[in-house]
Amino acid sequence: MRITQGTFSFLPDLTDTQITRQLEYCLGKGWALGIETTDDPHPRNTYWEMFGNPMFDVRDAAAIMLELQAARKTYPNHYIRVVAFDATHGTESVVLSFIVQRPASEPGFRLIRTEEPGRTLRYTIESYAVQRAPEGARY
Amino acid sequence: MLEASGVRAMLDQLDAELIGLAPVKGRIRDIAALLLIDKLRAEQGLQSTPPSLHMCFTGNPGTGKTTVALRMAEVLKQLGYVRKGHLVAVTRDDLVGQFIGHTAPKTKEVVKKAMGGVLFIDEAYYLYKPENERDYGQESIEILLQVMENHRDDLVVILAGYRDRMDTFFGSNPGMASRIAHHIDFPDYSEAELMQIAQLMLGRLNYRFDDTAESAFARYVGLRRAQPHFANARSIRNALDRIRLRHATRLFAANTALTREQLCTLQAEDILASRVFATAPATVA
Repeated sequence: MRITQGTFSFLPDLTDTQITRQLEYCLGKGWALGIETTDDPHPRNTYWEMFGNPMFDVRDAAAIMLELQAARKTYPNHYIRVVAFDATHGTESVVLSFIVQRPASEPGFRLIRTEEPGRTLRYTIESYAVQRAPEGARY
Repeated sequence: MLEASGVRAMLDQLDAELIGLAPVKGRIRDIAALLLIDKLRAEQGLQSTPPSLHMCFTGNPGTGKTTVALRMAEVLKQLGYVRKGHLVAVTRDDLVGQFIGHTAPKTKEVVKKAMGGVLFIDEAYYLYKPENERDYGQESIEILLQVMENHRDDLVVILAGYRDRMDTFFGSNPGMASRIAHHIDFPDYSEAELMQIAQLMLGRLNYRFDDTAESAFARYVGLRRAQPHFANARSIRNALDRIRLRHATRLFAANTALTREQLCTLQAEDILASRVFATAPATVA
């Protein structure tokens, strides 16, 4: 099951040229870009691991693509996303994030039904990938 | 088409604001022409590969290496060779780390910052210290070489330094020498050029010499040039700063209301108080 998280995730995967254009847009807005990775695709897993430092002083998308290539080399089968941080006073938070790499196969989620007193049912989801292997060995 | 691209205007401005430096301007003009022609060739469907523009500026202190590098970033931006046209000026301590494994990330960080613009490495020969074979500078050089080769269209690297020491640097790093297509030598300024530079600097600061001051300063330049540690335009700037100090002190001592004219005009006595004149007879004798 294809994870839809962040901007553009309902679109086909972005090509490198398209990613570069998006990065140019972010840099044009003055946002600082960072790269994050994870192998736990649960939608509530908001805080991914940062790859390298956030790139505050970088002026050109080529530099971020360079870092992205390094991230892809290190984690060929993880989820990788680019986050754009707006440091403007009053905003000071991530304003855009989009997935730039996903594992070759995404097994999806199991729906867990928990019986509660009465005839209540509680639902949670659990990733098959997370269930079958520990962190770092999932994909 | 030269006019339309704004290149002509830019070259003219360069001519007006940089005194002398004929070989440097010539080379910039050549590069501008090549890039422009390349653009036209590409439009006609002819083969056009962007040339390698890594450069090396050599010359004595104060001959304008850093100033030209700054302008170079603008020029290349205008010509569409680099995308952003900013200049990142670094020296050895920005590139080389302090312990094993520190250098590579540090150098890469700088390279990333410079992408889309110009990376200016001042006094580049300090990167290579032959007397210490475990020096981390070598590692930094290797990364730079790799970047200069693989990311030619992302950034332009400009090395700068004194002539003789750069020659030894290239002698021991042949890879570096071969990756740099343009070796530009900055000549020393003549006395007339130094006077022009002084006038330009003063003009920007809204000062001017009166007639006697001008001839006094010409004499000053002649004497100062003969002295050791003469750093061309930088010495001129320092001299002007000191002259302004004396000018200020003189006006401060005068207990009258000052006119605009007085505030702008530097007089001969401000210049003649310099120690250069005091030591001049001694050096002659």
